[in-house]
Amino acid sequence: MSIVFYILAALTLAGGLAAVLLKNTVHCALALTVAFAGLALLFLQLDAQFAGFAQILVYIGAVAILVVFAILLTQGSETPKDGVYSRYWFSGLVIAAGVFAALGWAVLQSVRVLPHETAAPPVTVLQIGNALMSRYVLPLEIVALLLTAALIGAVIVAMHEKERAK
Amino acid sequence: MQESISFTPQLAASPIAQLLWLIPALPIVAAGLAALLKQARRKTAAGLAIGSMSVSLLLALAAFVHVVGSWMHGALARETVNFAWIQVGSTSVDLGWVLDPLSAVMLVMVTLVGLLIFIYSVGYMAHDENYTRFFCFLALFAGGMLTVVIANSLLLLFMGWEIVGLTSYLLIGFWYQRPAASAAAKKAFLVTRVGDVFFLLGMVWLFAQTGTLLFYNGGFGSMEPAALAGLLGQHAALGLTAAGAIGLLIFAGAAGKSGQFPLHVWLPDAMEGPTPVSALIHAATMVAAGVYLVARVYPLMQAGALAGGTTTALIIVTWVGAFTAVFAALIAVAQNDIKRILAYSTVSQLGYMMAGLGMGGVAVGMFHLITHAFFKALLFMGAGSVIHGCHEEQDVRRMGGLKADMPFTFITYAIGMLALCGFPLLFSGFWSKDGILEAAQHWSLAKGPFYLLVFGALLTAFYMTRQVAYVFFGTWRGKKPAHESPAVMTLPLAVLAFFAMALGLIGTPAWPWFHAFLDGHAAGFSLHGFAEPGLMALMGASTLVVFLGLGLGWWLYGGQVGRPAPRLEEPDVLQKAVPWAWAALRDRLYVDEFYGVTVIAFYAWWARVADWLDRRVWGGLVTGVAWVFRGWAQFNKFLDINWVDGGFDKSCEELATGGGLLSRIQTGRVQTYLRILALAVVALAAILIWSSRA
Amino acid sequence: MTPLAGYLLVAALLFAIGLAGALTRRNAILVLIGIELMLNAANLNLIAFWRYGPHPEALTGMMFAIFSIAVAAAEAAVGLGLVIQIHRHAHSTNLDDMNRMKG
Repeated sequence: MSIVFYILAALTLAGGLAAVLLKNTVHCALALTVAFAGLALLFLQLDAQFAGFAQILVYIGAVAILVVFAILLTQGSETPKDGVYSRYWFSGLVIAAGVFAALGWAVLQSVRVLPHETAAPPVTVLQIGNALMSRYVLPLEIVALLLTAALIGAVIVAMHEKERAK
Repeated sequence: MQESISFTPQLAASPIAQLLWLIPALPIVAAGLAALLKQARRKTAAGLAIGSMSVSLLLALAAFVHVVGSWMHGALARETVNFAWIQVGSTSVDLGWVLDPLSAVMLVMVTLVGLLIFIYSVGYMAHDENYTRFFCFLALFAGGMLTVVIANSLLLLFMGWEIVGLTSYLLIGFWYQRPAASAAAKKAFLVTRVGDVFFLLGMVWLFAQTGTLLFYNGGFGSMEPAALAGLLGQHAALGLTAAGAIGLLIFAGAAGKSGQFPLHVWLPDAMEGPTPVSALIHAATMVAAGVYLVARVYPLMQAGALAGGTTTALIIVTWVGAFTAVFAALIAVAQNDIKRILAYSTVSQLGYMMAGLGMGGVAVGMFHLITHAFFKALLFMGAGSVIHGCHEEQDVRRMGGLKADMPFTFITYAIGMLALCGFPLLFSGFWSKDGILEAAQHWSLAKGPFYLLVFGALLTAFYMTRQVAYVFFGTWRGKKPAHESPAVMTLPLAVLAFFAMALGLIGTPAWPWFHAFLDGHAAGFSLHGFAEPGLMALMGASTLVVFLGLGLGWWLYGGQVGRPAPRLEEPDVLQKAVPWAWAALRDRLYVDEFYGVTVIAFYAWWARVADWLDRRVWGGLVTGVAWVFRGWAQFNKFLDINWVDGGFDKSCEELATGGGLLSRIQTGRVQTYLRILALAVVALAAILIWSSRA
Repeated sequence: MTPLAGYLLVAALLFAIGLAGALTRRNAILVLIGIELMLNAANLNLIAFWRYGPHPEALTGMMFAIFSIAVAAAEAAVGLGLVIQIHRHAHSTNLDDMNRMKG
């Protein structure tokens, strides 16, 4: 457990916390971006270079921007008068804590059986590309279909309604 | 006393004996056919009745001739034809008929008198609209009576007995729209029923003891020595043997039918029926059935008697008969209805017959029965002629002087009256009554019955003279003038009058043909019969008594000797003399009133008790049960509404409430769903961990 | 504490944070943000297992994570499009008020 890991972890978690706690929605979106960045660096730390860069490209480059756009289009920058937290925020917190408790406890219980430090796997993009075209070609095509559908769907969903006449 | 009857043993029954059943069967069939006729077919109904009765008379004469023939040849046999009717295992109830002297004479008497009365009825009932019904009932009665006569089985006799009782009820109440008539019919039926109950008891006891109800059955019948010996061995209460007790029970039934005291109360009331009915049923035949019954079971009543002695049963029969004779004669003195006088006279004469049976034996009693049948029928029919001629008037005080207006009726009536009184020598009544008096005189036990019977003879002459004086002598006290009756009514009177005189000839001591015939031994004509000690004295004494009675009656009521003829509404001579005695006698010595306060009052009280029981107790029970059920129904209704329906409603309500509660989970808010999802994940994780750990 | 355990714990914590955000914030977009965080936590888990698990040369974990990223992008697009549409109708993004599907 190197020090880099700790720093990156702290960064990611801080970004995540900020994303859910801040009042201003735009600040939340930006904090989200920070969290995404932290995660990308963690991926790189884990020798998953392709995943890390894919994370940066997709999440930070697309999703985060999309969120900002959505905030801007829904006037989310204005602070609501009733406060940003819902009425039953405490139960939500408790439930989240419960979930974390369960997951954490599971992990800690199985520390003994978890594998130790191993060598970095020699993975190249060429190998990833080959895998995508051979073994994972079906999921690839389906994801392509999915993306097309999502594209069309998002357009339809967010389209202005036509005039309902007579 | 009679000697034992000796019959030759019976071989096969002769043809006439085999056909004997036709004699009652024909009238019954005629009655059945007449019942189906319409009211308008009067001639057919009368024709059926008279025709069947004529054929029965011919058959009866044939049977009689046959029996007389075999008697004259010294080979008298009692022929029986028996058959089993009901068989249950080894027990069998048999029926059958018998042809012997007793049944032969009775058959001839019943058919002859019956036929004459049927012919008489054609005239008497000519104006009645229920003519057809009358002849139907008459024929049925004749059939029943003839069944009684020929019966060899006590059961068959009882069946005929009941038919006779039924038709008596139907005929007394023939004019049923009159309340007096229907009441009299009911009274007759109920009072004879009392006797019939005892009869039935005696019959059942006899069957239980001897195993057979047949009288004569080739040595095994109940009247034959073997069975009688068995009955004598048994002892009943009060020192009687079974034979005596059964005999007395049967006598009780006979007493009901024959109007002996105290079951005589129905006979005078039975005069509500038409006069031919009174003549046939209540003078000649039905009332004689009781006497005939006692004659039939005489071996039973006589069983156990020592030679020359008598049995308890016969003693009781004698005393009852003698008492009744005087009792009824006393009441007859003070009656004003022409038929009622004759009715009480009948009761009195039946008492004579019973006393004759008790003291003198079968022949003595039966002889008086036969002679009485003829002259009493004659008297009744004469009275009917008088009533018809006086335009349905029946009170003697409103009649008078009919000697001139209805001469033929007067002559025949006088003959009958003299026969009844016992006018010496010429009339049958003298000989038959003297036979009884002779038996009474020689009765070993007591002289009481003899004196009673002599007194009764005096009274008989007295009241008959009174009646004849009122009706036929003096001046006419009625409204419209009287007229003689048509020939169809007077011819039978003539025939009967002839027999009233002629029958005496077959019963005189000089030629005791009748007694010999019934007893089964030869009879010879011999004037030595008169030479019996005391006989002439007795004949003289009875003649004296008769003349005394006639004279007394004429002196008081004749109107020719020193006293004017009785006038209307004038109190009776005797009534003026002894008013208290007169009142008592006129009111029939209060027997009916006694029954009214005892039996009938008890019955009414019992009816009230039963009514109370029925309404309060059983009714209450029923109401209680209904109440219980109603309560139960209410309870069930309560349960149903509150628990069943309510429960159902409640559960539905709760389902709705539960549903309402559960639907609160569907808040419509996404975050709620998300929360629940997360919770579910936690729970699932926990379960998985726990199960894998275990 | 093995490295893998550390990564897993981080992922769990991130997941919980994302869940908390999705459950407690009023704004619909912040719920989507929380969901994105949860997805990312899952991706981290996948990559960590790929790295420290057997047969990393099979590339299973990596592929899974890549496809997850692709799907998440599509989902984010559609989801935000929906939020925009809702905002147009209700003129607010307050999730507490959106209960028209209330049973």
